[in-house]
Amino acid sequence: METGFTFTNTLAAILTIGIISFLWRDNPLYKVCEALFVGVSAGYWFVSLWYQNLLPQLFDNLGISQLFSSGSAEDGALQVLFKQGRFDDRLFYLVAGLLGLMMLMRLIPNLGWISRWPLGFIIGTTSGLYFTTYFQSNAMAQLKSTVLPFTTVGNIVMVVGTICGLVYFYFSKEHKGALGGAAKIGTWFLMITFGASFGYTVMSRMSLLIGRFDFLFSTWLGLVK
Amino acid sequence: MRFQPIGKTLTCNGIARFTFKGIGLGIARDSSIIRFAPVLSFLILAIFQIIPSQAAIPEDPAFGYPAPPANVVAKDIPNDAGKSIIINWDLSPDDIKENKKFIGYEILRSTSSDTGFVIIGSATAGSSQLSDNETVDGVFYYYIVRAVMGSMFSESPPAGPAASSQQWFHLGRINTLIALLVISISIVWYIERAKKGEKLFIRKIAGLEAVDEAVGRATEMGKKIFYVPGTQDMDNVQTIAGVTILGRVARLTAQYETPLEVPVSRSLVMVTAREVVKEAYLNSGRPDAYSDSMVYYLTDDQFGYAAGIEGLFVREKPATVFYMGAFYAESLILAETGNSVGAIQIAGTAMPAQLPFFIAACDYTLIGEELFAASAYLSKEPKLLGSLKGQDFGKLCILLAIMLGVIIQTSGLYDFTKLFIVR
Repeated sequence: METGFTFTNTLAAILTIGIISFLWRDNPLYKVCEALFVGVSAGYWFVSLWYQNLLPQLFDNLGISQLFSSGSAEDGALQVLFKQGRFDDRLFYLVAGLLGLMMLMRLIPNLGWISRWPLGFIIGTTSGLYFTTYFQSNAMAQLKSTVLPFTTVGNIVMVVGTICGLVYFYFSKEHKGALGGAAKIGTWFLMITFGASFGYTVMSRMSLLIGRFDFLFSTWLGLVK
Repeated sequence: MRFQPIGKTLTCNGIARFTFKGIGLGIARDSSIIRFAPVLSFLILAIFQIIPSQAAIPEDPAFGYPAPPANVVAKDIPNDAGKSIIINWDLSPDDIKENKKFIGYEILRSTSSDTGFVIIGSATAGSSQLSDNETVDGVFYYYIVRAVMGSMFSESPPAGPAASSQQWFHLGRINTLIALLVISISIVWYIERAKKGEKLFIRKIAGLEAVDEAVGRATEMGKKIFYVPGTQDMDNVQTIAGVTILGRVARLTAQYETPLEVPVSRSLVMVTAREVVKEAYLNSGRPDAYSDSMVYYLTDDQFGYAAGIEGLFVREKPATVFYMGAFYAESLILAETGNSVGAIQIAGTAMPAQLPFFIAACDYTLIGEELFAASAYLSKEPKLLGSLKGQDFGKLCILLAIMLGVIIQTSGLYDFTKLFIVR
């Protein structure tokens, strides 16, 4: 990276200081930086989604982009269908395009109800897909790793921690008596885990902060060599 | 002299060296013609024009030819969607760590066992497997594995034929199927019981008990409620759970006429959240109080979204903030800012790395499974309650399986973990 008081470095430094100034209080500089950040990122994501999703996935695969380009781009599914009379698997992208169009029906008040269909499709397929994958990764794999012989202290801690943690998430019985005791031990296990995770994550955030200060004092101001 | 026990040995330019070695051995065995051996060999080789040049003779005492890989087997990959054949082989005896000249293996494929073999892939030294993922289902293929050492190589005999095919059922996941069937049947059974009016018990969840209190507080203070459904899209189950709880919160805000704002970071979440909030206001008999502007998009960018919400918090000073969904590094930024403006905060996520921050900065936190139980708990709808009870039955089964498994594993009678292997 170029060092010193270049235009881009100075702009980046002002924006960094502007965002950090929020620690003092809400102020005009922070407001400018915030508005810039939100606006630029929203625009960036729109362009990114266009070039990474819509254009290559839908328009290129279907062959719509090829209609407007003079180059020798590879034929899309529609060209294959009409020129070669052959069914191309990529024609299924039409379904995705149709669902997208149905979503846009929200813009027409009388047809807004149509947008509920693609929403239902997305939520339904997501739930269905994750039903098995989550069960495999969160239940079966967890079970396999937890069923350990009581031969070491580590194994005992692992098994007891998992059982008690599971009891905490059991909603069909009031946490009283032995069940309540197990749930309490489960809570302790959870809190100790969260504490360790907290410390670990804070350390990684500190490295982010150090990165920004390094930029300000080393790259921009050149005070630290 | 050295014989290659399997297959043919070739020089790098394809001249058959095998012939030369065979003749040499024959001469050595017959002592009566030993004096004519060099001349005889030269004449025969000259006739067939296969005298190896000095340059082609390798410097290695064992001719430099690697021993070919043995026991090459090609077969269809089971339990897949087809178009794949797996090739296994035993390592060449020359494929040892100390042998720095050994490069690896080349895999050749043909639809005929004799000709037309072309290289379709390679494997590094020490590898004994390669999957050919570019096959046509139903077509029979033959494979040769070539061991490469320096500029020399030797090939295995053709293996096969093997044809790829797709399978309808993944037989390596029968255990998952059985477990899911048991849970699904129990869910349906509990839903039916709930529909018949049976009262299903769910223990109190502190974080959810506080939802009414939090909405009431905002109403009394005449301030806004912010609902943050996370930074992930609708293909995340946590977002789905978060949006479901939003319905319940929106119903309360409609009843109490409390202003609600839902800033989102994904267009699909915005559309879904609008539908949910609109329906909640309709069901509460307050369609006039609903406005599309209650649910609005900020940006897809994680920290842009966090910066935007921070600004909203310090300017609007909400009385109550809900964080329900999937969060990443922005969790503490949001929760700390909400805390600094004095809002009562209720969070719920299943992101293990972010839960500590919510626990530290929020008044109530729904941990993992509690987030998914929340919609059933709040709505008391038979379908959702039955589903929750069915899941609890699944947890009970898992609990018993762990206990039984630990006893069996400790006794050493049987490897109980085999039952949970998912291929």
